[in-house]
Amino acid sequence: MRHTISILCDDTPGVLTRISSLFSRRGFNIESLSVGHTETPGKSRFTIVVEGDEKILEQVRKQLQKLVHVIKAWGISQEESVEREHALLKIQMSEKQRGEILQIITAVQARIVDSSNRTWILEVTGDTSAIDNAFNLFRHYKIIESIRTGKISLERGSGKAAKK
Amino acid sequence: MTESRLTGATAMVKSLESQGVEVIFGLPGGAALPIYDELAKSKIKHILTRHEQGAAHMADGYARASGKVGVCLATSGPGATNLVTGLATAYMDSSAVVAITGQVPRSMIGNDAFQEVDITGITIPITKHNYLVKGAADLPHIIEQAFFLASTGRKGPVLIDIPRDVQLEDFSPDRVKRAPLEGYNPTIEGHPRQITKAAQLIKSAQTPLLITGGGVFHSDSSEDLQNLAEKADIPVVNTLTGKSTFPNSHDLYFGMLGYHGTVVANTAVSEADVIVAVGVRFGDRTTGPLPTFAKQAKLIHIDIDPAEISKNVPSYLPIVGDAKNILSQLGELLPEMKHRDWICHLKEISKAHPLPAKMVGVSTPNILCILQEIVKDAVLVTDVGKHQMFAAHYISVESPRSFITSGGLGTMGFGVPAAIGVKVARPDRTVIDIAGDGSFMMTCNQIATAVQYNIPICVLVMNDYCLGMIHQLQDVFYGKRYEACNFDKSVDYAKLAESMGAVGIRVTEQKQIKGAIEKGLSCGKPCVIDFVLEDNSNVYPMVTGSSLLEYRE
Repeated sequence: MRHTISILCDDTPGVLTRISSLFSRRGFNIESLSVGHTETPGKSRFTIVVEGDEKILEQVRKQLQKLVHVIKAWGISQEESVEREHALLKIQMSEKQRGEILQIITAVQARIVDSSNRTWILEVTGDTSAIDNAFNLFRHYKIIESIRTGKISLERGSGKAAKK
Repeated sequence: MTESRLTGATAMVKSLESQGVEVIFGLPGGAALPIYDELAKSKIKHILTRHEQGAAHMADGYARASGKVGVCLATSGPGATNLVTGLATAYMDSSAVVAITGQVPRSMIGNDAFQEVDITGITIPITKHNYLVKGAADLPHIIEQAFFLASTGRKGPVLIDIPRDVQLEDFSPDRVKRAPLEGYNPTIEGHPRQITKAAQLIKSAQTPLLITGGGVFHSDSSEDLQNLAEKADIPVVNTLTGKSTFPNSHDLYFGMLGYHGTVVANTAVSEADVIVAVGVRFGDRTTGPLPTFAKQAKLIHIDIDPAEISKNVPSYLPIVGDAKNILSQLGELLPEMKHRDWICHLKEISKAHPLPAKMVGVSTPNILCILQEIVKDAVLVTDVGKHQMFAAHYISVESPRSFITSGGLGTMGFGVPAAIGVKVARPDRTVIDIAGDGSFMMTCNQIATAVQYNIPICVLVMNDYCLGMIHQLQDVFYGKRYEACNFDKSVDYAKLAESMGAVGIRVTEQKQIKGAIEKGLSCGKPCVIDFVLEDNSNVYPMVTGSSLLEYRE
């Protein structure tokens, strides 16, 4: 089963190694990991997606919580949160394909962020399945390269998850 | 203005002094020399070890014997990597150690400089926390934090890596930087509702059992444990590291459980309806095969580390917090109870399955038995192997912090240096290291350390000219194919000890045992007794099947 873990931690060198090594030690492959600053100076927040046994993952979560730089580590359920992922795709096309691709761009609410001759860079934002969906549609054309940011998640409602 | 400025090394040594550090175990090298230069001016005593692994074990032994933080010091590169085994040992057994290492100057880090190693990277999984110090102004605060982390919550080793130029950098003490430990809030008080529920559960039990481990050792809660056990009339078994948590001669004591546990302890675990496990992490050597472990019991698990709850054995009622206050509160909540039928039943099992060794000849059980008659209240340190299991069974320990052994990591070579650390912490106590010849050879260089500082430990080498536990495993499970197990008989451990200035005694006959031990204990010097074993029988009981109740004895 796929799980999303959110981690609020000190923004300090080495914190990524300490966090990621707890996953690799247990044989979890991190599917995606995104990290960035938060509203509090000096604090970062990770969103990590892993697939694996729930019981072992709970053990990893407890171990994460033991790291001195981790303020809180908790699981996030898909239903109770808003999740977003960002992707960039570099697509090459013939003259004839332009019209079709523009239609798909409209359908998946992508944007053209760069264009040169027959190559466009598109950006797509949405939850993980929306990005998967866009990739599926663009797969029929020549994708020169692509990149995804990994998911970020925030719980719905007025509360602050790390305070609970 | 220059008067008010400090160098990193000065600040470090001052911080250690203000933490109450009295002794440091270490070995210098280029990247640590500014620290050593400052130590020379300090009242802190430095013990020059012969290898850094020994320094870490000494700090560990010191911490376990005293309840204070043990400190070791090494240089960069190989000095730092030599600490690794010692730190891993301390980590597995939750011992409060602070390790300080020198590092190459900041400008050279990452350049593969001479004696450079990424020791903070290497020790992430074997320390509670570690630091690479980026500026001298951070040092006082980091030292304070390291001691706080090492000695609170679940104790453990903390490493501080200090680049040489940071040691030399000067700074103004009023510009000391502070960073709060927002992510570190160990739970000390047990939840009152959980404690009440636990008391109710214990009251309803017919066949309750207490399992005690290293957590009782580290929280100094032996007295509270004994009060609880006596008031509620609950039998007690322990893990290896929990051996000295309960008087072994007590009517309610039934020995060690686990892979090499007594038949009665393992039966008690299997028949108990409520188990109160205190400061136990349910390691595999304690539980044996998990699917069959304590199947009839509702488990009340008391531990300071929430990550231990249901890690290996599902917990029916967890209580996170310090064992001392939880045990004392439980003791108050419980009425006087009697479980005489249950205890009589256990006593019968105990009588039917006595420890199997015959007390004759130059054999480890016989030597331990004679030792026991001669010395009553020693601190026993052990190495790792067959002699360790014999010591766990055949020596009776009565007072807390008196049985010190490498449980989790099973580090051969722990004994001699740990015993030195113990003796430094407790000069008032007799300190005896029970070693095997395999273990002894790994760190026997530290006998020279003991001689230099006149630290009178007594080392009893159970010399079977082989790796005894390996011999036993190959005997039982590998068709008696003793591959890579035997040593030749070229080493005379008594002469080896003498060559380092210690007293060396060689024992080859039963009639020499008593005199040798008496001489070793009264000579007032470090002493090594080489017991050339006549009888090298296996240590039993030993679990051989898929549950703790399938054993050989």
